[in-house]
Parts: sequence; structure tokens; C-alpha cells
Amino acid sequence: MAARPSALRRSGRVLLYTVMILAAAGIMLPFAWMVISSLKQNNQVFTAPVEWIPDPVQWRNYLDIWVKADMVTWVRNTLVLSVAVTLLQVLTGSFAAYGFAKMRFPGRDALFLVYIGTIAVPWQSYMIPQFQMLSSWGLNNTLWAIMLLQAFGAFGVFLMKQYYESIPDSLSEAARIDGLSEYGIWWRIIMPLSVPALASLTIITFVSTWNDYLGPLIYLRDRELWTIQIGLQSFIGEYNAEHALIMTGSVLSVLPIALIFLLGQRYFVQGIATTGVKG
Amino acid sequence: MATPVADDRRTLGLPQPERPPLRKPRTSLKLRNALVGWTFILPNFAGFAVLTLVPVLTLFYISLTSWNIFGAAQWVGLDNFARLVGDKSFHTALGNTFYYAALHIPITIVASLSLALLLNQKLRGAAFFRTVAFFPYITSIVAVAVVWNMLFSPEYGPINQFLSLFIGGEMPGWTVSKDWAMPAVIIVGTWKDMGYYMLLFLAGLQTVPGELQEAARIDGANAWQRFWNVTLPCLRPTMFFVTVMVTIQSFKVFDLILVMTDGGPGQATLVLSQYIYQKGFEQFEFGYASAVAVVLFFICIIVTVVQFVYNKRKEA
Repeated sequence: MAARPSALRRSGRVLLYTVMILAAAGIMLPFAWMVISSLKQNNQVFTAPVEWIPDPVQWRNYLDIWVKADMVTWVRNTLVLSVAVTLLQVLTGSFAAYGFAKMRFPGRDALFLVYIGTIAVPWQSYMIPQFQMLSSWGLNNTLWAIMLLQAFGAFGVFLMKQYYESIPDSLSEAARIDGLSEYGIWWRIIMPLSVPALASLTIITFVSTWNDYLGPLIYLRDRELWTIQIGLQSFIGEYNAEHALIMTGSVLSVLPIALIFLLGQRYFVQGIATTGVKG
Repeated sequence: MATPVADDRRTLGLPQPERPPLRKPRTSLKLRNALVGWTFILPNFAGFAVLTLVPVLTLFYISLTSWNIFGAAQWVGLDNFARLVGDKSFHTALGNTFYYAALHIPITIVASLSLALLLNQKLRGAAFFRTVAFFPYITSIVAVAVVWNMLFSPEYGPINQFLSLFIGGEMPGWTVSKDWAMPAVIIVGTWKDMGYYMLLFLAGLQTVPGELQEAARIDGANAWQRFWNVTLPCLRPTMFFVTVMVTIQSFKVFDLILVMTDGGPGQATLVLSQYIYQKGFEQFEFGYASAVAVVLFFICIIVTVVQFVYNKRKEA
């Protein structure tokens, strides 16, 4: 094919690249603007025309915000929640997925259908009964509420099951003949083989718990319990004229996600792709 | 299932073995298998049942009661639903939900499919672009909303500054204008979501056989014809999955609107999810809010079922 790079073909390439670069720039622009504004003085955020290089560069914002906001508390709470939810989700999700993917017993498929069915049910439609149930257990206004809320989603089961089904059954058969129990097969054979899927589930769960806004908004009333999303939102309300500082807070709330994403990007893409293959 | 085996042996007059028959361990193995299977599922299912299934079921009961933050639920039958019929705010929320969905669904699908087709070319830097396009999807709603609100700022916002280079006259007021608030929210929603669906489409495009494309090319089909007659039919399962997911996501849109416009200005961007939140968690009318939630529940279920049936019919 490379033998006849006609002029038409080459100009097609150039066009493709131009479109791609423009699209990438367009998509990233809000983030660029966010970072740039976080390094400006407040009165420099809105200027006509837009100043793309902050002058002077205002690193101070990144110090000030720790003093003006309860960033430490928010980050700590969010971290506690994200780690706990991710552990529970990955553990129970992959455990259940083994049952659904590798074991045969009556009721299995019907049960899995129930899991899938809830995908079409928006959380907003049952958040009220759920809230009342958790309140009646005295879990309202505790971090436990958010942990319970997020930890048993259908998503983890779904993702892990899709992956387990790609692992040949002959492997677990062989282990069974060798006398390994089902739990042993799950732990010693399937888990080590599913590291990519586990990684993607871990990243996806961590990120979605970190970013969750509605759950904490409904359940966490006390300031000491706030997560970074709730805190940031209240900070915006309180300091609504301090645009530069608000952008600084936004950058800080996105930064951990950006890092995790860059580190685990491969797994992320893989995880999303496997959940969607079987429509 | 356990007993007939032994009975058969007896009725057939076969000698009863001293040791348990070979068949018996098999049935108890089956039972054991089922029990082990259940133990795998139970830790997750228990949480799932209690925290998801039970609330979904009690939703219907609560929607038939009058229940405020104090006191117990009082049975009122269909009163809440009768009240919905005459509730102007509810009508607005319903209309806005469909408005959002009607634009967000097609725009997101076209945008994400276009991105996927672009990246399916063998281009250097495609992996980098995939990362870029996916990034908005995983960033927090609050950060996204606040930065876009500033970008949309009518007088000094970069977006209107940019637009004024090309068009004169009055600039859109975006989130502070009744007419432009919803388009603004839809733009941000699409920008945020399209990377996710792009990945799904990319995964789907891997399944389109290259020979088919090549054959069509040899037959003289141009790029558009190849897309329409080869790529798109092969993408049907992915297209179906994406459509179902985008649809549900559009009907339940909430966080983005809550943080960007809080339903305003006026009720210009009030959607069903938010109305549920307002009635339930701000005005503590749990019964009435649940009636709205039942409506949202059925919209999502009905739309999904219709899509499934349509997909099945096309498949046949």
C-alpha cells in the first residue's frame, strides 16, 4: 500500500491529522483554561482577549487554598471512601462473577438478569426509599452510608464476569481434577489471570467514588464528613468572586484522577471496551 | 431430583447395593455445587438486594403514601399521581427531560462515532488522542461545571469572545438565559460523555471484518457507501448497546444540571431527577417525590424495552 502514496492520499492524511489535532485541542481547552486561570490573579481571569500566559504566575493560589478551605479533611474523607468502596467492590464483585461465570446451578441466569435489569433503573428513582432505609438504621450522616451505597453495584459483577468468560474452562477443570476447591480455583487460578480486569475495575471504581457528588450531597451533612466534591461546591458558593482560587480548587480535585488515569490508562480503556463488547 | 433415582432402582427390581449407589454422590454433588455457587454470589448479592432491589420495590409503596420527614406514611392511593397531572413544575421537568434527551442522544452518538471512525484509521498519536477524548468523562462534575460556567460567562467568557470573532450582534447568554441554558448544558454533557462512547465504538469497530471493507472497495464503493453498507451494519450490536446506555443516561441527567444551573434560570433546565431531589430532599415530600420517581422509572424501562424489541425485530 505504501508503494503508491498519491498526492490525494497524502493530503487526506494531512486533513485527518488536522481534524484530530483540532478536536483534541477543543476537548482539552476547558482543562487548559482551568489550569491557566488557577495561576492568575483573581482580576486577570476574565480579560478580553483571553490571556493565555499568566503574568505574573500566581503560585500562591496553591498555598492559599489550603488555608482558606478544609482541603485536608475533604481529601482524607474522599480517600477513605474511595479505598473502602474499591476494596469491597473488587472483592465481592469478582467473587460473585466467579459464581456467575464458572459455576452452574439453578437460578443463576435469572439472578444475573436481575443484575443486568437494574442498569436501566436510574439511581435517582430509588434514592428516596434507599435514603429512608439507611436513615432508619442510623447511617444517615455517616461515611458508612456512602460505602454501602457504592460497594455492591452491579457494574463490578458485570465487568468481571465478561472477563472470566474469556478464560477457558479447561483451566478450572484441570484444577478441579487436581483437587482444588472452587474457592481455591477462584483465588489461585482465576484471580491471578484476571489482573487486567481487576486493575480496570479498581481504577473505574476508585474514580467514580472520588467523583461522586450526589451520594455525599444527600448523606453527608456535617462539615467534617464532606468529600472533595461537596467541599469544592460549597467553596464555590462561599468564595464565588474568587475565580482564580476556585480554579485552583478544581485543579486539585481533578489532579489525583488525572494521575491515576495516566498510570492506568491502558486498563481503563480495556475495561470499558470489554463491558461494551457484548451488547 | 434426588429420590427418583433410588425409587427407579427399586421399582425395576434391581438389587439394592450395600454401598450408596454411584448416582447418589452425583446429585448431592449438584446440591453442593449449587450451595457453593450461592456462597460466591451471596456477599455481593446480599448488599445488592438490600440496597438496590428492596428500595426499588418500596418505591412503589411510598409513591402511594403521603409521607413527610416527620410521622409515618399515610396511604393515599393514587392521589400523588393525580396531583402530578395538574403540576406545572412537573410538566416543565418532564418536557425539559425530553428536550435534553432529544438533543443529547443523537449528538453524542454522532460525535462519538465520528471520533471513533477518525481514530480507527492507522494514525500516529491515536492512543494519545483516545486518552484526551476520554479524560472529560472521568473528571468530576463539579470541576467540569464550574469551569464551563466560567467559559460560558456572557460578557467576558472565552466562548463568547471567540464567537464574536465570527458573528456580530448579541451573544448568547448561555447559563443565565432561559433559551440558552439548556443548549449550554447539552454541550457540556456531550463533551463529557462522548469519550466513553467513543471507546465502545472503537471496540465495536475492531469486529468489522477487513475483508468486507476490501471487497467493497474493489467493487468501487466510495468511503461513504462503505461506511453506510458495511461498517454500520457490522456495528449494529455496539450501536444498540450505546443507544441504550446514552438513552438511560440522558433521562436520568442530574448532577451536571444541579451544579451548572440548579435547574434555572427559572425552571429552564429543571429535569425529572432534579425535581425528585427538590421534592424529596429539600421539601421532604417523600411520597410525592416518589411518585415522580415512579414516572422516571417507567420512562427508562419503557424506552429500554422498546429499544430491545426494535433490536430483536431488526435482528430477525
